[in-house]
Amino acid sequence: MNLRSRLAVWMGKGLVTATRVAGRGGTTLPGAVARKVAPDLLRSLAAQPREGVVAVTGTNGKTTTAKMLSSICEAAGLGVAHNRAGANLIAGLTTAFIQAANWTGRIDRAVGLLEIDEATMPQACKEVRPRAVVVTNFFRDQLDRFGELEQTVSLVGRGLEHLAPGGRAVLNADDPNCARLGQQVGGEPLYYGFEVPSVSGGARNGASDARHCVQCGHPYEYSALHYAHLGKYRCPACGHRRPRPKVYVDRVWDVDARGSALRLVTPQGACEVRLQIPGLYNVYNALAAAAGAVALGLPLAAIKQGLEATTSQFGRMELITMGDRQVFMALVKNPAGFDSVIQTVMQAAARKNLVIAINDQYADGTDISWLWDVDFEALAGHQDEINFVICTGQRAEDMAVRLKYAGMDVAKLSIEKDPELAVKQGLRYIQAGDLLYILPTYTAMLQIRGIIARKGHTKKYWEV
Amino acid sequence: MERPRIHIGWLYPEYMNLYGDRGNIIVLTQRSRWHGLAPVVTQVRLGETADFAQFDLLMMGGGQDREQSLIADDFMKVKGSSLGDAIEDGLAVLAVCGGYQMLGKYFKTHTGEMIRFTGILDLWTEGGKERMIGNCVVESDLFGGTRTIVGFENHSGRTYLGKGLRPLGRVVKGYGNNGADRTEGVVYKNTVGTYLHGSILPKNPHLADWLIQRALDRRYGGEVKIGKLNDDLEMRAHEAIIARFGR
Repeated sequence: MNLRSRLAVWMGKGLVTATRVAGRGGTTLPGAVARKVAPDLLRSLAAQPREGVVAVTGTNGKTTTAKMLSSICEAAGLGVAHNRAGANLIAGLTTAFIQAANWTGRIDRAVGLLEIDEATMPQACKEVRPRAVVVTNFFRDQLDRFGELEQTVSLVGRGLEHLAPGGRAVLNADDPNCARLGQQVGGEPLYYGFEVPSVSGGARNGASDARHCVQCGHPYEYSALHYAHLGKYRCPACGHRRPRPKVYVDRVWDVDARGSALRLVTPQGACEVRLQIPGLYNVYNALAAAAGAVALGLPLAAIKQGLEATTSQFGRMELITMGDRQVFMALVKNPAGFDSVIQTVMQAAARKNLVIAINDQYADGTDISWLWDVDFEALAGHQDEINFVICTGQRAEDMAVRLKYAGMDVAKLSIEKDPELAVKQGLRYIQAGDLLYILPTYTAMLQIRGIIARKGHTKKYWEV
Repeated sequence: MERPRIHIGWLYPEYMNLYGDRGNIIVLTQRSRWHGLAPVVTQVRLGETADFAQFDLLMMGGGQDREQSLIADDFMKVKGSSLGDAIEDGLAVLAVCGGYQMLGKYFKTHTGEMIRFTGILDLWTEGGKERMIGNCVVESDLFGGTRTIVGFENHSGRTYLGKGLRPLGRVVKGYGNNGADRTEGVVYKNTVGTYLHGSILPKNPHLADWLIQRALDRRYGGEVKIGKLNDDLEMRAHEAIIARFGR
């Protein structure tokens, strides 16, 4: 490592310390500054982990999949350099490696593990040359940034052109947009998927993203549907069909609010895994992580141990105890994810108290029209179990209007623009033993996280 | 007394539902109910023949460019001429983004590919490299006096209106039809074309009611008039956009 790069690492590390002392996360600024000093820094840091770099990208499940994969690597005895705070743009990736390096710019960890934003994929992969890229799925998300789903898929495809020699694309066979990337990568892609009969109602009218053949546009025939548009599809017109996965789940059971159990099959053999994270989509995330681990050649025992040790990611779905009250926080960012959260909330037996926090910053998506593709009608259909919904954030009014048109009694709705005040109000309304559900978009979650952290109830987010 | 029926059509729901266009259908249905009408929604899909004269109100949403070229053929051969006749006859139409472009003569992509439409209205669209994305505020004289319309736009197409056509409004904030002439959308008889989604109708209840009333006038010859609903929440959402982005 040349002197310039070393200087950049020093500056970066200094800034990480400084921003933490100032009480901020410091996940992007140090990397951004260090790149100004040494534009080649990420390239030289990413070349160091001896087992190479694994990238995780896609619309939903990036953070959880990366966390599971990190846990698997640790179970296999491999140290991991990981952007675990979820800062997944180019500066955030650089910061993560700066933090993993020592003061001479050396990284001793065996594996680099990067969650990468879809739009950042071409640039990031050019610099880090990943040994494996795990792609989770493609849903409509933040269309204001990416324009159209097509473009998102092509950005990820451009990233895949920069795999390390012998590197592998790890693709979701059940998502047509994801699976088709396999046709454009060099080398044999590793597919993963569900080999079970339909496990849910699948695609709802209006919110599905790939019901038409990605090759010819004719509607697919599905012989099984698992989650939104993910399933076993085949085009009757041109014959395009789902590739057969090498890593798959052939049984799922005990799905409840605490977790689920699954049987995982890999080329090395099969095993049963008990997940500690609820939701069917987390079974998909576990499968994606397992496939990533298979691509790295990690043993099955480590895959099982790593998956079973993984607990919820900050704010993704998390139960926080505050004195005699409990807060359940779940990040919401697109229709499919929000629908799953609504299903999880409605499964609970107790009466529901909700705070929904919608911001429209860049990281949330500045276009909030996706709220109209969320099935709030399902929530309104059970409104006799709901005490109140406080709508908050920059788009609090839009959220309230959406609920009104879903059929929610307007008397149960209130608007409080400030997320901190909204949470305080919510906690005041509920009684001892009650649960407050908080459903925020990304930046709203960070705001709310702040007050909960100040009350000393949870770790600051860069420590998770 | 039996509730007057309003028959709402939704064209290509499986292809043209990009930026929450489903929200417009939800709003038209709910407001119709609240106005004491009996809404019926019929989806008009690819390959199906349709007699558009039977509808009172038609919604056409936006699609991705790729999907739009898939349906262009069906629109040219199967549906375009019936829709053109119905629009001449005063059918109330809300056409958003891709649906708006399809009412025109053609869409020429920035790579030079031509997608031809039937040219129901004298307007045309040319693709640009840069997408025009962001919150948008428009002033419109559609409602007997100037009112604002707010929404979110996201399009690469630049649409130009022929001489006889009236825009929906003037751009106060945002890009509008083409980012150059400060016009947004189009109004022809009872048809409204626009680039605004968000969805557009939830935060612009006056536009929703304008469409519903026009639809009823054509069907019932002025015998059915809708009243005023309590739109406090909707107008708070409308005003919040103007306070942050408009004027």
